[in-house]
Amino acid sequence: MSQSAVISGTSAAPIPLKEILPWAVFAGLLFILAMYFVGIEEGAMSIFNSMYVHEFVHDGRHLLGFPCH
Amino acid sequence: MGQLLLRGMLAGLIASLLAFGFAKIIGEPQVERAIALEGQAHSHSHTGAAETQAEHSHDGNAEAADEPELVSREVQAGAGLLTGVAVYGTALGGLFALAYAFISGRLLHLPPRGTALVLAAIGFLVLYFVPYLKYPANPPAVGQGETIGYRTQLYFAMLVFSLMALAIAVSFGRQAFEKLGGWNASILGAGVYLVLVAVAAYALPAINEVPEKYPADLLWNFRIAALGTQAILWAAIGLLFGWLVVGSRERFAR
Repeated sequence: MSQSAVISGTSAAPIPLKEILPWAVFAGLLFILAMYFVGIEEGAMSIFNSMYVHEFVHDGRHLLGFPCH
Repeated sequence: MGQLLLRGMLAGLIASLLAFGFAKIIGEPQVERAIALEGQAHSHSHTGAAETQAEHSHDGNAEAADEPELVSREVQAGAGLLTGVAVYGTALGGLFALAYAFISGRLLHLPPRGTALVLAAIGFLVLYFVPYLKYPANPPAVGQGETIGYRTQLYFAMLVFSLMALAIAVSFGRQAFEKLGGWNASILGAGVYLVLVAVAAYALPAINEVPEKYPADLLWNFRIAALGTQAILWAAIGLLFGWLVVGSRERFAR
């Protein structure tokens, strides 16, 4: 799980954590919010009070494996 | 870093188009069959609402029209499916890029394309396949509306346990790396992960809301389609992201 050398070649130098962190926080939140709307909104939880989002992405929700009904 | 993120999202978007193609061709017939079956059974409606706007029929199956349709089946199976998979895939690609930035050169000392592929394989196993083994995807009308909150909590609990197990396994593997070497440390890490998720899966309550005498082939085909959709998504993200990250000279080298 950590280091192995099955595939040979040179690995790139790691990107400094200081550079990653702001991106990770903002973009990460945005991505998770997007996934929330596809996967959970108007099912188990609800921000908007309609069923439109749920119904629109309904098939994707089932086929991506989210619990649905 | 911004470049990396954009590449991740691009890889995710292209991958989601492939996954959409598979879901559309292989998955949708199962969804249609499940909905037709729901119409015949008349057991419960999706939303529990009354038969008010229920003029629209599911592919000529008039009995299926016992629920109000905000979005027609055609849109759900076309634009809706595409949007859902594309948004999910693009976001997944972005998160993939973030994870790649964290582990590349730290946890994995491989060239970019190897790192991306290993990350995709681990991501698929940990974030999808293991939770799926405990709480597999179900076609429409399997699963009761009242338990959706409970089922969602359990699904995400399994997902979080799987992720925590990975973190513990990685830290075990890293500690053992000096003493045991790469291969053995990796096997130890994998073993630790498997034991932890097995315990979690055993401890969490089982859910089976599949109705009596539900067609087994439909359930199997649907679950294979769902598994395939995610497998294609992850595999394509891993390969495309790696391909986009390396320089163009390396990209077409033997």
